[in-house]
Amino acid sequence: MIEFLSALEQLLSITHLTYLIAGVLVGLVVGIIPGLGGIAGMSLLLPFLYGMEPSVGLGMLMGLVAVIPTGDTFTSVLMGIPGSSSSQATVMDGFPLAKKGQAARALSAAFLSSMIGGVVGAIVLSVFILVARPVVLAFSSAELFMLTLLGLSVVAALSGGNVYKGLAACGFGLLIGAIGGAPATGEFRFTLDIDYLYDGIPLVVVGLGIFALPEIISLLVKNSAIASSPNKLGHGLKQGFKDVFANLPLVGKSSIFGSLIGAIPGLGGSVVDWMTYSFAINSSKDSSQFGKGDIRGVIAPESANNACASGSMIPTILFGVPGSGAAAVFLGGMLLLGIQPGVSMISTHLDLTYTIIWSLALANILGALFCICFTRPISLLTYIKFSILTPIILTLILFAAYQATRSLGDFIFLGVVAALGVMMKGANWPRPAFLIGFVLSSGAENYFFQSIQFYGYEWFLRPGVITIAALIIVGFVLPPILKKRKQKMKPEQLMQEKEQNSMANTVSWTDWGIIAVMGGCATYALVNIWGASTLTKAFPIIAITIVLFSIIMIVSKYMREKHTKVSSDLAMNMVYIVGFFAIAYGYYLFGFISTTFVFSLLFLKFLAKASYVQSTAIAIGLVVFLVTMGRVMNVDFPEGLFDPYLLSTIKTFI
Amino acid sequence: MKKLSKLLGVSILSFGCLLSIPAKAQETELPSTINWTIPFGVGGGTDVWARFVAPHLTKNLPGNPTVVIKNQPGGGSITGTNLFFQRAKSNGEDILGTSASTLYPFMLGDKRVRYNFDKWIPLLASPTGGVVYVQPDLGVSSADDIKKLDGVTLPFGSQSPTGLELPVFLAFEMLGLDIKPVFGMKSRGEGRLAFERGEAKIDFQTSSAYLSSALDLVNNQKAVPLFSLGIMNNQGKIVRDPAFADLPTFEEVYAKKFGKQPEGIEYTAYKKFLAAGFAFQKVIFIPADTPSDVINTYQTSIRTMLKDPAFIKDSEIQVGPYENIVGIDAAQHLSDAISVSPELYTWISSWLKSKFDYTL
Repeated sequence: MIEFLSALEQLLSITHLTYLIAGVLVGLVVGIIPGLGGIAGMSLLLPFLYGMEPSVGLGMLMGLVAVIPTGDTFTSVLMGIPGSSSSQATVMDGFPLAKKGQAARALSAAFLSSMIGGVVGAIVLSVFILVARPVVLAFSSAELFMLTLLGLSVVAALSGGNVYKGLAACGFGLLIGAIGGAPATGEFRFTLDIDYLYDGIPLVVVGLGIFALPEIISLLVKNSAIASSPNKLGHGLKQGFKDVFANLPLVGKSSIFGSLIGAIPGLGGSVVDWMTYSFAINSSKDSSQFGKGDIRGVIAPESANNACASGSMIPTILFGVPGSGAAAVFLGGMLLLGIQPGVSMISTHLDLTYTIIWSLALANILGALFCICFTRPISLLTYIKFSILTPIILTLILFAAYQATRSLGDFIFLGVVAALGVMMKGANWPRPAFLIGFVLSSGAENYFFQSIQFYGYEWFLRPGVITIAALIIVGFVLPPILKKRKQKMKPEQLMQEKEQNSMANTVSWTDWGIIAVMGGCATYALVNIWGASTLTKAFPIIAITIVLFSIIMIVSKYMREKHTKVSSDLAMNMVYIVGFFAIAYGYYLFGFISTTFVFSLLFLKFLAKASYVQSTAIAIGLVVFLVTMGRVMNVDFPEGLFDPYLLSTIKTFI
Repeated sequence: MKKLSKLLGVSILSFGCLLSIPAKAQETELPSTINWTIPFGVGGGTDVWARFVAPHLTKNLPGNPTVVIKNQPGGGSITGTNLFFQRAKSNGEDILGTSASTLYPFMLGDKRVRYNFDKWIPLLASPTGGVVYVQPDLGVSSADDIKKLDGVTLPFGSQSPTGLELPVFLAFEMLGLDIKPVFGMKSRGEGRLAFERGEAKIDFQTSSAYLSSALDLVNNQKAVPLFSLGIMNNQGKIVRDPAFADLPTFEEVYAKKFGKQPEGIEYTAYKKFLAAGFAFQKVIFIPADTPSDVINTYQTSIRTMLKDPAFIKDSEIQVGPYENIVGIDAAQHLSDAISVSPELYTWISSWLKSKFDYTL
């Protein structure tokens, strides 16, 4: 208790606070700019860290790590770009809200939930850390495998009525996630001899491709502002706060769930947002608005992801095994400060641990307050004609994707995934199901084989395994079924359902296209993997089976039941995808910064029909942004043919 | 306070640029910048090591150049190292930091490797050691009881057959232990977690990780140390690790169990990968066609750095009580360590196939 309070006293000293705020500001910036994540922030702070007093340095690091999931909400809501892997679910309802002109409402609700989530997480952390050691150790590979199943069972709630489409998408995600080294043997699968694929496709690239680019392309095709129907923006902020207070139980449950999942090493923060998202769907009486702009779809994941960042400190501090990417960065900082993680953090260094926790809580509050201040001006962006924003958003997306591995492959696979994303969006296939399959693929495979190797086939009798299995059935599998049954009892809803069904019974060329792509890939994969060793091929074959089975079910449904043929007007979208490839290659070939300038200028002037002043201002602004990023955060860009000359010219002027 | 204001400057600046107020990048007058490529992610072992060395380099190099660490992760360090091989400028501006996972794929002929160590000169090599320990419920209280482990299946959480654990697997095999590898651990830390859960019966950690995390377990009777890997002295002989002077080396344990020194191709392979992975655990390289006066300057400055009490004190904490290797010694030993004869290659590739069903 004494340590608890003395840590607070220490934290409130001017030096500590200043460093903490510095950490928070940097954390917000790297959070807001998609694709950077904690790593860029660290490279900015680390030079200062070395030789710093540990408690001050930890406060600063914590400030940075804690607010990343707060800042990344801006692009998720406003542009449909998931700022980092922990805010992908926010896009699902946040962006539709922005399209309705309620960006300010979504943002303020998100920030308030983030703040509450973070603080709840810190409280859970301060109590739980003292007893967490045995609990964390109780989660063996078998329980971790069950948790990945828990994550996968979310697909049931997210499939939007068509289970087989959801299953196919999820199975395809599992298969794509299996590209790269097999965890059980180290052998490489499906690499096609392309160096880029040896590590698998990075999550950032998949997330941007499946969500962000398709949204942008469809907005471009429509060519309006993001907010298509003007709304009373003035009331947005307050409405957002009201929404949070109306849904406090959801905030509380999501926060606690988030911090506990974060505390278990191995699962990571990238699924917790989806889990709470589907939890919000299941626990609400009327779930028809989810995916179209339900504020609860923003509140649940945003409460959870900040709480998860807090929870992930437990394995980092206690075991030196980071629970998430940002936590790994934090761990590196700890080591550099000369602090060793381990039991000593709760025996001899308890004061340091409490400094971390207090900093965490304070950073969450400060971060949310800063963001709320900027909400109103920034959400006005959604009222600008979209084509004017296009070069900015496209540059941001390419910038984010390129940070994944810094190679041309990032652009190419972004385009490939985007093509799939456009088709899935067009034919209404559940894109989250694909993403969840992708995210959980390696974990599911890895922990499955590990638990068999450690425990033989008796692992499913472990009490933890049975508990989680029960949780999956009660929490995620039963609710959608029960809900359907309940709805069927009410006649008027029956009518509605019928109407929905007849709506759902449509088929277009795009559907067939997706089926062909998935079926083709799965068949190719099957042939390709057949000769590999058992441990290498077992998991991909399961994924392939899921894909092929679901596809057959879908096709047979098309054959049996009458489906209205609808035209698939994706031709225009596909033109944009081809355009994307050309432009992305241009960014790579001619140099990122030069191409940004030329492309934005030409695009704004001739396609968006902006004035010369506007076009030039935006183009120059982008260049200034990129150059500053390169200088301050040591971010790399493809140099191409012209950038070296451009940069040396700029250097002579400054 | 200067540090603080600079930091605030940077953070306000970066925040400012976000609000698209055209801010001028800070202009520090520095004669030159050194780009230090680290082919690993931020926060990993090699990254932390580089960030600890970087300020000491700045301090000891003439003109105090800024040392910028460029992380280029991917392919277990192959991606970044390939890029360095293609692009590094040979004017002293570019240096590279590597780890065992950069050397092993080269030695094992991984087809993704496009780099070649002939084109580089090692400036500094930081060695490390390692300790093997087991669960106390096996009834073993030290390496003297190693015979008790005969016929006992020992699950071992491991990263991959060709990772840092490769020589450790060879040591286990020579000692006749029945090891059941469980692959897919994302780090040695995860392997230790499996040991703490009781899933793994045997575990291995490098020196710094052992001191920070596993020693606690030993002191609480939750783990029993068996042997250390030892370190290689100047004559290339393996001797007791100064960090674990009371622990026998693998060679001692072997001699005690079988009454003879380890030998044969298996032991040759073991020593080779031990040297490459542990004696040269972390290395700083510079392109060999860098002007020789530049290389000389680096070498002299690094020698000065190694004698700097501030560096020695930090090094003890970050690396352990090991002597860093510099100059001609480093170059000679390194090229010995990484050259794999065709005969040895054939043996190791068939051993990996039969033992782990792994195809090189």
